[in-house]
Amino acid sequence: MAIYLARRLFQAVLILLGVSLVTFALLYLLPADPARQIAGRTASAAQVAGIRTQLGLDQPFLVQYARYLGNLVQGDLGRSYLQRSEVAALIWARLPASLLLMLAAILCELALGLTMGMLAAVRRGRASDHALMVTSFVTVSAPQFVVGLLLLYVFAVRLGWFPIGGYGTFAHLVLPALTLGILGAGWYARMMRSSMVDVLRQDYIRTARAKGLRRWTILVRHALPNAILPVVAMIGIDIGLFMSGIVVVESVFGWPGIGQLAWQAIQRVDLPIIMGVTLVSAVAIVLGNLLADLVTPFVDPRIKLK
Amino acid sequence: MTSLLKRSAAAFAITASLLSVPAAALAQDGNAITVTYKDDIATLDPAIGYDWQNFSMIKAIFDGLMDYEPGTATLRPGLAESYEISPDGKVFTFKLRDGVQFHNGRAMTAEDVKYSFERTVNPATQSPGAGFLGSIEGFDAMQGGTATELSGVRILDPKTVEVTLSRPDATFLSVMALNFSFIVPKEEVEKSGADFGRNPVGTGAFKLAEWTLGQRLVLAKNADYYREGAPKLDGITFEIGQEPVVSLLRVQNGEVDVPGDGIPPAKFREVMGDPGQATQVVEGVQLHTGYITMNTKAAPFDDLKVRQAVNMAINKDRIVQIINGRATPANQPLPPTMPGYVEGFEGYRYDVEGAKKLLAEAGHEGGFETELFVANVDPQPRIAQAIQQDLAAVGIKASLQSLAQANVIAAGSSAEGAPMIWSGGMAWIADFPDPSNFYGPILGCAGAAEGGWNWAKYCNEALDEKAAAADAMVDPGQAAERAAAWGEVYKGVMADAPWVPVFNEKRYTMRSARMGGDDALYIDPVNTPMNYRYVETK
Repeated sequence: MAIYLARRLFQAVLILLGVSLVTFALLYLLPADPARQIAGRTASAAQVAGIRTQLGLDQPFLVQYARYLGNLVQGDLGRSYLQRSEVAALIWARLPASLLLMLAAILCELALGLTMGMLAAVRRGRASDHALMVTSFVTVSAPQFVVGLLLLYVFAVRLGWFPIGGYGTFAHLVLPALTLGILGAGWYARMMRSSMVDVLRQDYIRTARAKGLRRWTILVRHALPNAILPVVAMIGIDIGLFMSGIVVVESVFGWPGIGQLAWQAIQRVDLPIIMGVTLVSAVAIVLGNLLADLVTPFVDPRIKLK
Repeated sequence: MTSLLKRSAAAFAITASLLSVPAAALAQDGNAITVTYKDDIATLDPAIGYDWQNFSMIKAIFDGLMDYEPGTATLRPGLAESYEISPDGKVFTFKLRDGVQFHNGRAMTAEDVKYSFERTVNPATQSPGAGFLGSIEGFDAMQGGTATELSGVRILDPKTVEVTLSRPDATFLSVMALNFSFIVPKEEVEKSGADFGRNPVGTGAFKLAEWTLGQRLVLAKNADYYREGAPKLDGITFEIGQEPVVSLLRVQNGEVDVPGDGIPPAKFREVMGDPGQATQVVEGVQLHTGYITMNTKAAPFDDLKVRQAVNMAINKDRIVQIINGRATPANQPLPPTMPGYVEGFEGYRYDVEGAKKLLAEAGHEGGFETELFVANVDPQPRIAQAIQQDLAAVGIKASLQSLAQANVIAAGSSAEGAPMIWSGGMAWIADFPDPSNFYGPILGCAGAAEGGWNWAKYCNEALDEKAAAADAMVDPGQAAERAAAWGEVYKGVMADAPWVPVFNEKRYTMRSARMGGDDALYIDPVNTPMNYRYVETK
């Protein structure tokens, strides 16, 4: 186990190094000149050149990258070109909001998805099964931007049940979490259904039924624990999905997380922030996957980590 | 599994309660108001802030030696009680006001004035506005790193500062009212270092009360403000991260007083068509011109006839319709409310046949192919499409290069330049209400170099001389003469046709029913979206 963990962590570092190199190279190739952006429209060419030198942007690519890595190791993500604040501080200030939203979204998608999947499996082939699967198909395909605005319009504007965007209370959390969770719920519903259908075909379920156990007991006590395993193992992979989703959802709901930060930085071509958010997201995805793999042997003793 | 769920739910509840902050105060509470914005506030450092969103906030926290009459573009003394200009227009002597204190309680002195100017000019500050102070003697030495002080700024006594310029500069008083020359306390700048923009301390009408990054900024009234009767509000809460469409809904709900980003283009007709909302809209002009640049240094736009033909080919009325009439068609670089605007000037009229004829004379009977660069934010690409169709009608096939704003700017200011650029979204909004502000960087020879903002690469040295002569008329008594001289400069520009001036955008802002004060305060030419110091609640 320890060896496995060490190997995986080593791999994680390599992946992050790769991500940083590719992102850095892409941003380096962008035809936007940060020195010019900083210098403003009254600056002479000499002033722009002076700022370029101060920031080290006149150095060769590898020197710039090595310096970035050197700072990164010390936890320094640099300063934003336009806000002039430390990127680490900007991300740190917004990370809790994103993590909270992600957690709420995971709960949301599990609650919705597993329930829908279970119901569909039990009622396999009937109209309610078809209806549920069509619904899940719709939620998987619907663009989050549209879902978000729709929920906002119906539940916040028309019905007034929730605040119109913002952050701070539980009520603020519901709609963005639902928007983000609905997409995943569709996937979980489909996975849960097929997994449940498989389990319900097993001999031990037939035995249980033959013993005269109640249907509900069979379902919850005997079928669910086995059916849910492959589904739960997917949560770690979800994090990548969420990371892309929060950019849209946070913008729609005015949720002050790192997705919104990234979106603004992209529009303003504020490279240090784009770089920082990409790295933080990559860390989250790598850790999420690692966690999913580490949890698997606990839920399924047949699997061993080597 | 149930216990796992229970535990996660508990963990979630705990996290939620830890992270929750008190719900934002409703707009109706007391004499404080709520303003929303979509984007983060970049910085509140007056030497660095350079976008319209932080301009007005910085003006609420800091002051300059000069100021404007509320709701107008008329200069008046600010932290300076009075000033004198030498007959040659090169020496400005400012007498500072008594009893002005920074928010930290210390009295403001002439030392602070000198320190603040030098801080902006110091290359280590990386101020995007350093160039505005370029006429102060010693600027080049300090920017070049050979001096640590501005030789042109002298402290005569703790209440008197004398500024010597290297050339007469009629815009200098306007520059003194620009945020880059606002007065900052040295000890606070040194305490916060590069983070002064997060911990601003000035002499202004409001002081920083709370700033939660990415969420909200709260300004509280400065009870010791030097001007009687200002500010009128007890505080302002800026809520950040709000989509303009959402902000509009919240204004209707009474949760927000002013949507800082204005009325989103897609909602404009709906708002104006609804009598309830339309009464809350304030309409005004802004010092803005949207224009198309043509690269005068490269074929085919190095030919005057081609540039004139393009000027005649563009149907400006139709473009104004595309943005729901939120603008007036333009025929010259200056907007109509700017001194120097030439009344009665017609420019180039929309004339497709005339344009075709000019193109034929220039040897382009069959037209030609070119590229039109445009920022990829609505409604700019739609406007660019209209321009593309107009060009196609005279035989010019322009392919659209719809890019992020920074990339369009980079293309325009590169050595080779871009054939055509639609300036929308990046267009020139005057830094201060003076005609020279539309010339130097965007039409003068200095801006035509690589890295400059003169995307047409237009350089007419005779006009540069005329412009310099106009700016040497420092005596306020010569204002009319100076404006006329500038009018001549811009007529000269239009004769060379490096741009197609397309429209002057109007500004539409909204205020909740409980907001009071003169309409002019909400369309204040130098404070967007409004003059925070003078607006009030009913």
